[in-house]
Amino acid sequence: MTSQTSETFRENAKAALADVHLRGALKHATSVFGERRKQAAAGLPNWEDLRTQARAIKDEVLLHLDRYLEEFVTNAESCGAKVHWARDAAAANSIICGLATERQARVVVKSKSMTTEETHLNDALEAAGMQVVETDLGEYIIQLAEETPSHIIAPAIHKTRGQIAELFTNELGMPPTDDIAQMTRTARLTLRDHFAAADVGISGVNFGVAETGTIVIVENEGNIRLTTSLPRMHIAVMGIEKVVPRFADLDIFLKLLPRSGTGQRLTTYQSFITGVKKQQSDEGPEELHIVLLDNGRSRMLAHPVTRQSLACIRCGACLNACPVYQQIGGHAYGSVYPGPIGAVITPQLMGIEKTSQLPYASSLCGACREVCPVKIDIPQLLLHLRSEIAPRKGGVAERLVFKVWARAMMSPTLYKLSSVAGRIVQRVTPISRAWTNGRDLRPIESKSFHDLWNE
Amino acid sequence: MKVSLFVTCLVDQLWTSIGVSSVEVLRGVGCEVEFDKRQTCCAQPAFNTGYREEARQVGRRFISIFEESKAEAIVSPSGSCTAMVHHYPELFADDPAWLERANAVAAKTHELSSFLIRVLKVENVGASWNGRLTWHDACHGLRDLNIKSEPRTLIRNVRGAEFVELEHADACCGFGGTFSVKYPEISVAILDQKIEAIERAGVQAVVSGDASCLMQIGGRLSRKGSKVRAMHLAELLASR
Repeated sequence: MTSQTSETFRENAKAALADVHLRGALKHATSVFGERRKQAAAGLPNWEDLRTQARAIKDEVLLHLDRYLEEFVTNAESCGAKVHWARDAAAANSIICGLATERQARVVVKSKSMTTEETHLNDALEAAGMQVVETDLGEYIIQLAEETPSHIIAPAIHKTRGQIAELFTNELGMPPTDDIAQMTRTARLTLRDHFAAADVGISGVNFGVAETGTIVIVENEGNIRLTTSLPRMHIAVMGIEKVVPRFADLDIFLKLLPRSGTGQRLTTYQSFITGVKKQQSDEGPEELHIVLLDNGRSRMLAHPVTRQSLACIRCGACLNACPVYQQIGGHAYGSVYPGPIGAVITPQLMGIEKTSQLPYASSLCGACREVCPVKIDIPQLLLHLRSEIAPRKGGVAERLVFKVWARAMMSPTLYKLSSVAGRIVQRVTPISRAWTNGRDLRPIESKSFHDLWNE
Repeated sequence: MKVSLFVTCLVDQLWTSIGVSSVEVLRGVGCEVEFDKRQTCCAQPAFNTGYREEARQVGRRFISIFEESKAEAIVSPSGSCTAMVHHYPELFADDPAWLERANAVAAKTHELSSFLIRVLKVENVGASWNGRLTWHDACHGLRDLNIKSEPRTLIRNVRGAEFVELEHADACCGFGGTFSVKYPEISVAILDQKIEAIERAGVQAVVSGDASCLMQIGGRLSRKGSKVRAMHLAELLASR
């Protein structure tokens, strides 16, 4: 699974479509999430207003990101946090490995963080000789299975209960059972030991409040609470776009995020972390490091169309709503971020060279835009990226086809001729075969509507 | 009212009865229909695949032709092509002169069902069709043009037709233009969800507002030997 790349998207997708377990798991999970989201949104009569407000706040932040980041840094540091700036993934990993090494850390516990998936932090920490333990149940499962997350908020969404039971039996010595309570207990007991032994806890960040320097992290399992409070050092990795101006803005985002993600009105835990503990008798870590990651984000910021990509709050609603994701799941995208938002941000983070198939992995149905809590126009972004990819990466034949097509559409005579040509093309080209493998092809009419109008 | 028909290249070449039916329906409600024979395509295939320069060429031609018309409205039996015309301002964002012309043409361009209901305020076109049928929401009509109740109202007023809602009527059929041939396996996998829902609905016909979705759905239905007919709304509304 992990060897799949974005370059082999079509092959990955075909393999996914042939995997009955995967498709069963996906169908169940995406429809449950989708239905819950719908009900949760319907429970708030001002849902549309909240979306509009959230987007307005994000737009304001992104327009003045430099100012809000400075404010955030000043306030976070005045509460005792230390802020680090990382231009790219390598810089972030080197800062984090450096801090952990300084602490002589042997065991690092992590809570779920897509941003650290993006930087491949675990590999870097392991290369530096540390044991890294993912403590979110889904992340823990895929770490045991040596896989990568296939969903932004539900990393093991592709796995069935039976597959996980087998994994726990093989890896953790659990007596064979597929009782969920028993399986959870097994994971919990193992993880408790890791928490107790951990020298460093690493988390992501959902929101960073500029006004107070607070970082906000939401979760359901309590593992983030433990990760950020038990070890002596807490390192929080935060994309630079995660800042919000005021504490009061959280009122809007904390209504939108859980409802959009899991359909919950509230997540079980919401941690607001402002600096380090004030005196020895307080709880919490002695050191808090916040690593601010750019890694391509300022490139997205520069263009007025792509800027909205940074409004994303990583709820995953667009994945659940996407007909493509529903069929093939996350791994087929071959990228850290899958689904519609992944197809949009991956080429921007990594460049289009190896990711040029992703913006085409959409029927442009617009279901993603409809559910996005911050109203990102994902189809518009997909079209924008396609317009950058096609002239440079489109195949010679495809570029020629569109040149010829444009000529034909410009001239009534050529257009008329093209229907004759079309009848021939329909019979012979690979385009026809691509269609006719699964569907009957409607033959070109013997008389066009133009002909009929003349009569 | 005088209207100019934009029949779309797909209907012109592959499904002419949709065009003929559109003319009948529009004439039936008292419209004078003109057809500019210079028309070809709205430019959507190029726009959606990423070939903006080619899309602009074809778009400029569309605008030049239709802005000459004296008709009060441009009407098309396609939500997708109508939505494309509404995308023109995006295509000419950096070109003020063309942007203005694009906006003017887009403002006049309507999809058939929304034209009947919103502009003409006609809810019953006097059609009759015997049997049980359902409606598939084509994505661009639904999400770009917000067309949802209009076709349902028109269908409910067809004498003899028993309308049932399709499960997940608003889910994509998997067509997506070049997507359907770039990733045919995914396209058909998505399509099969739609086909299953149609089969469960126990209908004689599935009606929609776009020839493209209907080619996709109809192509799979016929491949599977299904008796369910894929029918355009215009064809239904022209039935007597």
